[in-house]
Amino acid sequence: MSPALTIARRELAGYFATPVAYVFIVIFLVLAGALTFTLGNFFARGQADLIPFFTFVPWLFLFLVPALTMRLWAEERRLGTIELLLTLPLAQWQAVLGKFLAAWAFCGIALALTFPLWITVNLLGDPDNGVILAGYVGCLLVAGAFLAIGAAVSALTKNQVIAFVLAVAICFVFTVAGTPVVTEFLSDRMPVLAEMARAISVSDRFGGFTRGVVSARDIVFFGSFMAFFLFVNAVILDHRKAD
Amino acid sequence: MAALIEIERLTKRFGGFTAVDDVSFTVDRGEVLGFLGPNGAGKSTTMRMLAGFMPPTAGTARICGADVVEDPVAAKRNLGFLPEGAPTYPEMTVAGFLGFTARIRGFRGTEASDRVAHAMRLTQLEGVRLQPIETLSKGFKRRVGLAQALLHDPPVLVLDEPTDGLDPNQKHEVRELIRRMAPEKAIVISTHILEEVDAVCTRAIIIARGRVVVDAAPSVLEGEGKSLEEVFRELTLGTAQRKAA
Repeated sequence: MSPALTIARRELAGYFATPVAYVFIVIFLVLAGALTFTLGNFFARGQADLIPFFTFVPWLFLFLVPALTMRLWAEERRLGTIELLLTLPLAQWQAVLGKFLAAWAFCGIALALTFPLWITVNLLGDPDNGVILAGYVGCLLVAGAFLAIGAAVSALTKNQVIAFVLAVAICFVFTVAGTPVVTEFLSDRMPVLAEMARAISVSDRFGGFTRGVVSARDIVFFGSFMAFFLFVNAVILDHRKAD
Repeated sequence: MAALIEIERLTKRFGGFTAVDDVSFTVDRGEVLGFLGPNGAGKSTTMRMLAGFMPPTAGTARICGADVVEDPVAAKRNLGFLPEGAPTYPEMTVAGFLGFTARIRGFRGTEASDRVAHAMRLTQLEGVRLQPIETLSKGFKRRVGLAQALLHDPPVLVLDEPTDGLDPNQKHEVRELIRRMAPEKAIVISTHILEEVDAVCTRAIIIARGRVVVDAAPSVLEGEGKSLEEVFRELTLGTAQRKAA
């Protein structure tokens, strides 16, 4: 475990040593704020909750998280540091986990910096802070799921543009799978697939969290989702280390 | 006691191309093996397999008795490896980077900082300890890579072109360093600088098109009144020409 944490620490410091971190956080906060107050009708709704904010978070992560992960392994390959990293005395899964944890912690920091929204809603009304906390937990789990996908894709290719586009596409599939458009289309034609689409949908599970429902089933879903893609990451890495 | 480095019938194929073909050798404590060959002969590929980065297609490599495929973490613990081109994380400072490798290798607290200080002293990096690596010259970067390989005082050192990009004074320093460490370690260095073999190596292996063509002491190679360069050209060009003819 310890080497994974050492790697996570180095990676996280690496984000803040380059403009990547600041650009990501500023864009995320600006977009989240703008969408919440314009499209989300934060004021006009007249309700003391953060639903308008939470609705947009998965869609923001859909584009921002792959931007974060596209360089995860591609950069190590470009610099040749992958050779250094993987000849240090650590198991490969520790390197995979360390990188993932750093990116996840970074997303956590970006989410935490949306705290002015929480303060605003508490000043204006009397929201259920338990529901809001559940919503944030949901956001963090969605970020983790997308990060795991993006990291695995990044191990697949040296080209960062390909890594970005592929990761967005895969995350998009898991996001829209549970939306009414898709499930209704499928249930008319292939009801079996509609069930499956709902079962693998990230947004469907996320919806529960925003309503304040934290179920063990959803936690297990996100946990195994991340574990699966981290495992895929390690397998891909093992097969395509050198090229 | 078994040799510190044991390579047995190591082979690496990329598709139909055989980069390393049935290479076997051992290196004992106190030996400095010069690994010679033209570009693309399979030097780096052999070293990558020995360092546990690339899985071999066939054959085995062991470091201090630990198989690099079966027991990679144990093998890597006893290894100091300088990869080709001495890659490092450019945004980190010298001290930060060495501290990172020290922590990965399990050193904590004062032991970690002592190790880092000692490695920087050996490679003369104290003057730049707080500079980001990307701001350093090529020679300094190479020495950062070297410091990382020496940090944990490993019994086995595998250095891919350790003096590439260094000026003559720095080359001299690195060779002195290798010579000083030689009695307690098994060292493999790859190079295409032939005078380096005379300067530091107790033994030389010449590899061409993935195969070992010579394995002898440098003095034996030169014994027949030829310089090392003539022997090298004869062996590596000779095979290529024979193939062309």
